[in-house]
Amino acid sequence: MRAAFIRPLFLLTLLLWAPLASAVLPIEHWVSSRGTRVYFVRADSIPMLDISIDFDAGARHDPPAKSGLAAMTAGTLARGVAGLDEAALAERLADIGASQGAGAGDDRASASLRTLTSPRELDAAVALLAKLVSQPTFPEAPLQRERERVIQGLREAAVKPDAIAQRTFSELIYPRHPYGRDPLPETIAAITRDDLVDFHRRYFGANRAVVSIVGAIDRARAEAIAEQLTRDLPQGVTPAPMPPVEAPAAVERRIPHPATQSHIVIGAPAMARSDPDFFPLFVGNYVLGGGGFVSRLTAEVREKRGLSYSVYSYFSPMMQPGPFAVGLQTRKSQTDEALAVVRQTLERFVREGPTDAELVAAKQNLVGGFALRIDSNRKILDNIANIGWYRLPLDYLERWTDQIEQVSASQVREAFGRKVFPERLVTVIVGAGEAKP
Amino acid sequence: MQLAVAWLLTTACPLVAAQNAAPPPQPASARASQQVVERSFPNGLKVLVKPDRRAPTVAHMVWYRAGSMDEVNGRTGVAHVLEHMMFKGTESLAPGEFSRRVAAMGGRENAFTSRDYTGYFQQVHKSRLADVMALEADRMVNLKLSDDEFAKEIKVVMEERRLRTEDSAKALVYEQLLATTFTAHPYRYPVVGWMSDLESMTSADARAWYDAWYAPGNATVIVAGDVEPEAVFALAEKYYGRIASKAVPARKPQTEPPQRGLRRIEVKAPAENPYVAMAFHVPRLESIEGSRDPYALEVLSTLLDGGASTRYTRNIVRGSRVANQAGAGYDMTQRGPAVFVLDGTPAVGHTTAEVEAALRAEIARIAVEGVPQTELDRVKVQYVAGQVYKRDSVFGQAMEIAGLEITGLSYRDADRILEKVRSVTVEEVKAVAARYFGDQALTIATLLPQPIDPAKPAAAPAGLRH
Repeated sequence: MRAAFIRPLFLLTLLLWAPLASAVLPIEHWVSSRGTRVYFVRADSIPMLDISIDFDAGARHDPPAKSGLAAMTAGTLARGVAGLDEAALAERLADIGASQGAGAGDDRASASLRTLTSPRELDAAVALLAKLVSQPTFPEAPLQRERERVIQGLREAAVKPDAIAQRTFSELIYPRHPYGRDPLPETIAAITRDDLVDFHRRYFGANRAVVSIVGAIDRARAEAIAEQLTRDLPQGVTPAPMPPVEAPAAVERRIPHPATQSHIVIGAPAMARSDPDFFPLFVGNYVLGGGGFVSRLTAEVREKRGLSYSVYSYFSPMMQPGPFAVGLQTRKSQTDEALAVVRQTLERFVREGPTDAELVAAKQNLVGGFALRIDSNRKILDNIANIGWYRLPLDYLERWTDQIEQVSASQVREAFGRKVFPERLVTVIVGAGEAKP
Repeated sequence: MQLAVAWLLTTACPLVAAQNAAPPPQPASARASQQVVERSFPNGLKVLVKPDRRAPTVAHMVWYRAGSMDEVNGRTGVAHVLEHMMFKGTESLAPGEFSRRVAAMGGRENAFTSRDYTGYFQQVHKSRLADVMALEADRMVNLKLSDDEFAKEIKVVMEERRLRTEDSAKALVYEQLLATTFTAHPYRYPVVGWMSDLESMTSADARAWYDAWYAPGNATVIVAGDVEPEAVFALAEKYYGRIASKAVPARKPQTEPPQRGLRRIEVKAPAENPYVAMAFHVPRLESIEGSRDPYALEVLSTLLDGGASTRYTRNIVRGSRVANQAGAGYDMTQRGPAVFVLDGTPAVGHTTAEVEAALRAEIARIAVEGVPQTELDRVKVQYVAGQVYKRDSVFGQAMEIAGLEITGLSYRDADRILEKVRSVTVEEVKAVAARYFGDQALTIATLLPQPIDPAKPAAAPAGLRH
């Protein structure tokens, strides 16, 4: 019965994609002379270029007493380079119409650039990006200012119900792991200029970096740019392996807050990016709470009962098992009702998996919507950076729709059975206090 | 330019948060408008097509010229509530079926309501354009609006108001700022509506809104992506062309009377950091060849807050360190009266009064000294580069075309607007800086942070003192 559903759909998909199949994304890949992996997609129709450089310089390397160091390092790259202070740097970028950004997550830090491809602008922009990732000076005065700004932001977050819920959730699901450590005002205050210099020297190494390039240049130019960007990067160190993720204690933490709504997050560590269950969990989560208006959670919580504006579930795959989470907000007096509906919906999904009709609908959406995942340079850049960072095969996108099609209902059920244990999840509720009897 | 002002509300937040942030209030490039093809149908519907063949996808949108500025007191929020109800079934589709069908096509969809308009969109593979057009045309005339569905959805909208406004200190400040800046004009209403109006709203209110404003002559269809304009017009004729024309109600001007002096308010809400926002009445763009002040104001907003090299970041966040964040915002293309908004959060050891003074001092300085030509040139480079970068988003281009049309301008004006902005002189910037930023037409809202400790109920002790 299921095969009968899937077969025609698969044929239809092939027809739909036939003209594209060879041109889905011709990704070129090579390794720079400094050992940096480079990924390039040529896109000639707009005279612009997007670059991102990913470094193995995420918050997982933060010393506990200096939590926030990775983010601070990435965030202050553009505060000064050899020969230019931050004002001059900002003006140079503005003069050529380029935009530049940098930031750090738990696993990686990234620096990005968008520039025009007219020769003067392109040359200047790439030279600035190269300096910024290779020779940041981390001047003292901007660092002092950024510390103050970050601390003020943390103090503000500490009174916001959504931020309190996320932070508490993260601490509870990763009790003894770097993924669970978020910065505090005192850990930010403890970060010195020497810490930034040292962090940059250790973790912005060329041989662990990934350069991704999309835009209107040819391969030779892309190779030259990749060389220029990586030539002066530090040697870097081989980081110590992360401790394994332990299963957290199942707890329900209620934090009273004067907001009108309760913010609820439920979940646990679940899936690494390399997990063979990636596709079954991805497809299954679409059915459970990833599919916007048409997910089970939206149907039960919002459409049938009007309990929440937004309710969702997600897997966040990382180097080590990243979180599975369900989230929603509801008027405080409805907290326990909403919680019961969410738990019931989740338990049932983990127990039974998707119905055949749900599985077909999920595949229709994911396969039929594949083109929307790569229809701009920005989206292509994110995709190839992901392929590079997680060492996915170069034909990953070519095979993506096949991988979706091949997922069966039993695979989804079994994968959820291996990764999501409804009786062992962490629940955080910020808003309503004690549960009603 | 960077000020985050939440005028737009969507039916589901997770889907399009990024997209709503994407299209900046900037004019289109020569290239963009030259490629737009237009057709009007006898029932009054206008269809605009922007071919872009980079990928086999298409964005299909319908915008209705009906937003919260068309609402009346007691029924605020009804434009947005109706937007939610548009997903709740037609004579031939069950509630939720619209979304299920779009999802089955591999599509992404949502809708948004602003002060000026209500818009609906789908992004699909180009082979699905006819299917989404059929769905969108169906709900233009056949909406069901049952009491049952309304009773559930109005609760969802109230949760949305709690999430976005009631529990957000900055959103409360903005709501109060606008409700004070405007007295006669309906821009005083929050797009989501006052809670009391939501509580008393009925399905009949939503029905009346739908009957009044959802007419082909009050709608614009925009299709951008891998399409042939003639093929799109043929589809539009088939699906939208057969819808009967219908007159919409007369619109009253509701002109805002001139402000007669400074208005200052305080807003108490749970928060850690104080915050201040200011709104100055300024002109909007009424006609392309009319007053050049809107173009100069647009350039002024970018000189102040157009990135890390511009004055607010350079002088207030980095230089004097008075503020941790400082912003300026101005949108010249809108249906109703425009405001120029400044906002900021004080740095440690500084006050909102100092931030307020610093934000205004930068404008006062420009009014006296002007700006160096290099700084003006730098801003113009941003506009030119922005014209190139925005082509990376088909969705953004469709939003921009629709935005001009809905405010009474035309996609054809895009090139002229850009030329005008690029021709602004130092003297013109100086002149608008001197003309519009006095106390006379200014409203200031200051956030007074309240503790969140539930043992000491927020606002209560402090509130009693006033």
